[in-house]
Amino acid sequence: MSRSSRTKQARTAEATAKVVTGAIALSVVAVAVFVFVYIVYNGIGALDWTFFSEVPRDRGREGGILPIIVGTLYLIGATAGLTLPIGVLAGVYLAEYAPRNFTTRAIRLAITNMAGVPSIVYGLFGLAAFVLLAGFGRSIIAAALTLTCMTLPVVITATEEALRQIPQDLRQASLALGATRLRTIYKVVLPAAAPGIITGAILGLARAAGETAPILFTGAVFQMRRLPDGPSSQFMALPYHIYAQVTSVPDWNRELVWGTALVLVAGVSIVSVMAAWWRSVQRRKVKW
Amino acid sequence: MVSTLLVTGDGALSYDAGSVTLPRTVAQEGAASKAADLQGSFSLADVSVAYGRDRVIEGVSMYVPPRSVTALIGPSGCGKSTLLRCLNRMNDELGNVHVGGTITLDGADIMGRAMDPVELRMRVGQVFQRPNPFPMTIWDNVAYGPRTQGIRKRSELDELVEESLKGAALWAEVKNNLKKHAFELSGGQQQRLCIARALATKPEVILMDEPASALDPISTQQIEDTIAQLKDSVTIVIVTHNMQQAARISDQTAFMLRESLDEPAHLVEMDETRKMFTNPDDARTESYITGRFG
Ligand SMILES: Nc1ncnc2c1ncn2[C@@H]1O[C@H](COP(=O)(O)OP(=O)(O)OP(=O)(O)O)[C@@H](O)[C@H]1O
Ligand SMILES: [Mg+2]
Repeated sequence: MSRSSRTKQARTAEATAKVVTGAIALSVVAVAVFVFVYIVYNGIGALDWTFFSEVPRDRGREGGILPIIVGTLYLIGATAGLTLPIGVLAGVYLAEYAPRNFTTRAIRLAITNMAGVPSIVYGLFGLAAFVLLAGFGRSIIAAALTLTCMTLPVVITATEEALRQIPQDLRQASLALGATRLRTIYKVVLPAAAPGIITGAILGLARAAGETAPILFTGAVFQMRRLPDGPSSQFMALPYHIYAQVTSVPDWNRELVWGTALVLVAGVSIVSVMAAWWRSVQRRKVKW
Repeated sequence: MVSTLLVTGDGALSYDAGSVTLPRTVAQEGAASKAADLQGSFSLADVSVAYGRDRVIEGVSMYVPPRSVTALIGPSGCGKSTLLRCLNRMNDELGNVHVGGTITLDGADIMGRAMDPVELRMRVGQVFQRPNPFPMTIWDNVAYGPRTQGIRKRSELDELVEESLKGAALWAEVKNNLKKHAFELSGGQQQRLCIARALATKPEVILMDEPASALDPISTQQIEDTIAQLKDSVTIVIVTHNMQQAARISDQTAFMLRESLDEPAHLVEMDETRKMFTNPDDARTESYITGRFG
């Protein structure tokens, strides 16, 4: 084969690959856009002042979803408060301190496996461990602890990965200035890794916000007349509300349920987009 | 208490054994050595280093006089960086590194348990091969060391930052932009920032591991000028692969060589740079310097 025909062949293959991968990427985007547009289309009509400011009436067919939004905010707030410190510290240990031995490998394997456990199993575990054994009862704290177990692997892994991305050079520079390892980590390494850690945390928490199974047995309720008033209070939550409406309310109000879904999706999206924006600002400053 | 350090003519050393004492605190040491005006001198006696079972350096003895530039030269892999890291105990951070022999800084043993590596590293700064500023502003970079030492007062930090940036010949270029992110500087400026950062802890010694090898000729020139200025106030130990650079900037030169991979590297010769480059005692030094191997 002459050189020019081989070049031509390579160019054709290149062009084909570009078209095929492009088409696939585009169809994925199309599906995502369709889902989003469908939710907005169905739910946008429900969004008015009443929807955000009132409690549900007539088993959810009327009224608003105020306690449901508040319940989810409390739940995710508590989950974040538990997950972030534990997850970041564990990630720091694994990336910065853990010796390379059997125990460390076992810990890492356990974390990987934790990430693969189905969420309903976490629900069952939460019921046994936090609701019954620890005696928290069905409550925000029991549900948050359950979601924490589910979210931890994501945050730990994200933290460890983010810390490993930080060049060794930087640690060396700090140590050579007389900083201790601890100071090096919290003054140099962690701030530099923050974008990656926060991305991971938001991914994990976004998933937690949308989960029904882990909160099903641990504290979510179908109907509450008042807002939750503390960590041991039961609560309503967005995903569970959708589930309960569709499965146990005859003639459920389509618009209100889609509106609830829209609130959930929009909330998660807004936080993700804000995180992505913040990260890109950081990235522009930080390039290795 | 002052330990007696006897330096014989050929750079070898001996101790008045009875007076080798625990290292004094930084403040005491600083005061004592300022009085003696003999600040930042290193003495190495029979230093050896092994990574696990791989012995890479053996039997290195040398004297690094204060307020001067000492160049470490030798072929790649002969342990120059390794030896340099002994001087601020950065080898400790690698794990599984064994350092033998004695190293003293102004008479105080730096390898004993009594010497806190954290304290040592404030007295012995380091500049690395690749510029590695922290992802922070210029000001924060320079203030990092002093803050680590516990200095909190803004005015004091401002002063140190200015002084250090002047010392690294960067002040004029950045004085109006101290809040700029360090990564926005050019490579050469970043390296001078790293020198300023090292200066800010007021070290007696600065170790430089090929500080200009990643830089363009003009930036290299600026780094060399900076080094020439600095040696009035600090001791500099510099690793370089550039023979002209060693000849230009150093007062004495040490040539290390690992004759084969089975045996550790050793110090072939150390002498005044002028002598090393014109009339070395050892034939291997001459052939390395003239580029016949390495
Ligand atoms: N962290 C380490 N672990 C194990 N071996 C190492 C380590 N660092 C260096 N070595 C080995 O020690 C020897 C000396 O390495 P060193 O980096 O000190 O050489 P060098 O003279 O600085 O070389 P170069 O001029 O290429 O920088 C080499 O054989 C190297 O493989
Ligand atoms: Mg080296």
